[in-house]
Amino acid sequence: MTEVLTTAQPIRLKGRSFLAMVLNPEPPFDDWLTRLDDLAERSAGYFLNKPIVLDVGGLDIDRLQLRELTRQLGDRGIRVMGIEGAASSLLVPDLPPAIDGGRPASDFVTPASELPDVDTGRSSGRTRPDDFQPGRTVPSIIVTEPVRSGQSLMFEGDITVVGSVASGAEVVAGGSIHIYGTLRGRAMAGSAGDTAARIFCSRLEAELVAIAGFYKTSEDMGPDLRGSSVHMWFQNEMLMSEKLG
Amino acid sequence: MGKAIVVTSGKGGVGKTTTTAALGAALAQGDQKVVVVDFDVGLRNLDLVMGAERRVVYDLINVIQGEAKLAQALIRDKRLENLYLLPASQTRDKDKLTPEGVEKVMTALKKTFDWVICDSPAGIERGATLAMRHADAAIVVTNPEVSSVRDSDRIIGLLDAKTAIAERGERMEKHLLVTRYDPTRAETGDMLKVDDVLEILSIPLLGVIPESTDVLRASNLGTPVTLADARSETAQSYFAAARRLMGEAVPITIPSEKRSFFGMFFGRKAA
Repeated sequence: MTEVLTTAQPIRLKGRSFLAMVLNPEPPFDDWLTRLDDLAERSAGYFLNKPIVLDVGGLDIDRLQLRELTRQLGDRGIRVMGIEGAASSLLVPDLPPAIDGGRPASDFVTPASELPDVDTGRSSGRTRPDDFQPGRTVPSIIVTEPVRSGQSLMFEGDITVVGSVASGAEVVAGGSIHIYGTLRGRAMAGSAGDTAARIFCSRLEAELVAIAGFYKTSEDMGPDLRGSSVHMWFQNEMLMSEKLG
Repeated sequence: MGKAIVVTSGKGGVGKTTTTAALGAALAQGDQKVVVVDFDVGLRNLDLVMGAERRVVYDLINVIQGEAKLAQALIRDKRLENLYLLPASQTRDKDKLTPEGVEKVMTALKKTFDWVICDSPAGIERGATLAMRHADAAIVVTNPEVSSVRDSDRIIGLLDAKTAIAERGERMEKHLLVTRYDPTRAETGDMLKVDDVLEILSIPLLGVIPESTDVLRASNLGTPVTLADARSETAQSYFAAARRLMGEAVPITIPSEKRSFFGMFFGRKAA
């Protein structure tokens, strides 16, 4: 029996970012859990299927308390995926792993209370409908100059280019890419794995386009799209494209 | 204070040296005091095109190294008394070209001359970046074919990033000169049309120079085309470009189609 050692398929490592809900327990924890129950009661399944991170930074908490807290949360169907701000000595293997490097995003909107005075959370003001913040804000930049050959434009959010992207230039965005000009170089949207990212250009002459790591070279693109304004997105593991306007 | 202009392209063989010599001679004939500077250390050519190869004693590197005074290295043209050449060294190492040295020479030249025209070497290495570093404006020489256009695009990017002007947060003045333009081949699609080149590079057009045997004949004679036969179509195109450089509004004509493109091109000034 011979083993074929040369056919090792490379493992594809994808990057992806998720928005996690961060819970800040406040002592006394029994009190805090009661408020949490109250919130859960108002909105059944509010914490269901949401990635939850427990932030214990600045809290005077020991291992027993922490274990008790995660157990209590587990009883309520809230499974903690990571603990932020805890001393590494606290985190024994049966507790969720440490997590850090989170970047701030806008707050989740908690279900409004019928009785405003019940809501005693520290961020009570944010729960009012007039302070409603629609989701998270996606950062974006606008470039008003042509992107020249040899230049590489990278940004974590959306990129809008008012001008052309030259042959031999590349635009790499974590989000979507909008090009009000001719795209002759490369455009890579959703570079961190965001499959919802899209590419728009006024005129397609691209060398390569990619969304979430799936790419098409100039040869793979239909000749009928060449020279027209095109919209590209990702669907069913495929790069889809259609003419605009 | 004079104006320093770099003649650059990225790609070799597109006509930088021919352009430097032709524009230098054209400006000098318009009573301007001009010096053409060769930055192509190790592969100098400007001295040949200017017909001064047998008069070179000191060169740019000698001046930078302090082995000669600037006045000793400058060669006055025999035909035009307003025209000077600062040759490059053919034998020395191009690493002797230092940013500080270049800056000192450029400042000194700008005090004496109205125009300092620098002939950049091809490529994007040290010589090319130093030639553009202290320029006030750039002439990007492009042939109407894709590789030349892409290299020019790369150079334009560098002009906006790696020059003293760009580092001060200002914009480098850029002009596009399309050379070796063959109208019949552009018509049949063998070559890019001027519009296509302009659309890709989006910088204002300074002129279009037709492909012509005049250029080869003139450089073999060691004479800038604008001195060899001032009435030839090539020379006329360079004269017009020189006048535009001085700020005159001269209509741009595409060779052989004698239609004026003035309105069209001046409406699309960009970048």
